[in-house]
Amino acid sequence: MGIESAMGEGYFTTKLDTLVNWARSNAAWPMPMGLACCAIEMMAFAGPKYDAARFGSEVMRFSPRQADVMIVAGWVNYKMAHAIRRIWDQMPDPKWCIAMGACASTGGMHRCYGVVQGCDNFLPVDAYVSGCPPRPDALLHALMKIQDKIRTEHSVMLDT
Amino acid sequence: MELQLSDTMRTALDGLSDAHGDQVVEIRQSSSDTFVRVKRGAIVEVCRTLKEELGFIYLSDIFAVDRFTSEERFEVVYNLVSLKDRLRLFVKIRLEEENPEADSVYELWPSADWFEREVYDMFGVRFRGHPDLRRIYMPEDYDYFPMRKEFPLLGIPGSIELPSTTPDTE
Repeated sequence: MGIESAMGEGYFTTKLDTLVNWARSNAAWPMPMGLACCAIEMMAFAGPKYDAARFGSEVMRFSPRQADVMIVAGWVNYKMAHAIRRIWDQMPDPKWCIAMGACASTGGMHRCYGVVQGCDNFLPVDAYVSGCPPRPDALLHALMKIQDKIRTEHSVMLDT
Repeated sequence: MELQLSDTMRTALDGLSDAHGDQVVEIRQSSSDTFVRVKRGAIVEVCRTLKEELGFIYLSDIFAVDRFTSEERFEVVYNLVSLKDRLRLFVKIRLEEENPEADSVYELWPSADWFEREVYDMFGVRFRGHPDLRRIYMPEDYDYFPMRKEFPLLGIPGSIELPSTTPDTE
């Protein structure tokens, strides 16, 4: 019906890893953790102009059970850190994390007693986005970096 | 310096002096705002007069100032607004460094609840008669008062716990 009419009947051979990684990388559903101004840019990232749907990531899931990528958008204070870590722990593996913007990555301009100086103090961050706040296309770039990372993972079985 | 007062503000300050003249320590102006400093024990009665007789029905804010190394280290500032006369008046009291304590104005303005909790959280000034004087921003078991001048900007390392990086399920 689809590919058969173009190429005739037959087989594709591939590695299971490649197939699974291809599926995972094109369905990275974000868990939006919008804490400050970066969250507004994150909304634009999912909106029609920047359109994260092109990468299969338009499905912002507000339940951690259904999300793959946590986007920490904004400054993290010590009290909020516990809630973020709990949500991260509730996300099923495999999962990835984007630290969006200067505050989530390093504390940013909030160099003070109440703000965690980078959410990598309590989360394993896969991609850092620079900027204050970063533009939505910078977040798309981070998403593409995560996709690259997923595609090169050996998750299902080891090649021998 | 001669005070530059509008007629309505002059009327209000005259009313305050008539009622509590012996409690007023100082009246000064800065940036077109008027500040009245009163004796610390008189704050509730002064506020009651201002609210019930002189029209300052709206408590906009309470904040504190740390006059580090000065006599009477802490200053608590009440930002009052008269909606009728469109006036803004700052009333101040000064507190000792040891055991700073002031009377709560909660009975006059219930909005003082959170304002006074904030001043307590940040400066350690306690308010007598406050119904629920707990920390409001910092964790409840926090040992320090962050807006005091001797508190380091980056905090005391290790004084607030970060979440465990070992998931509960493991």
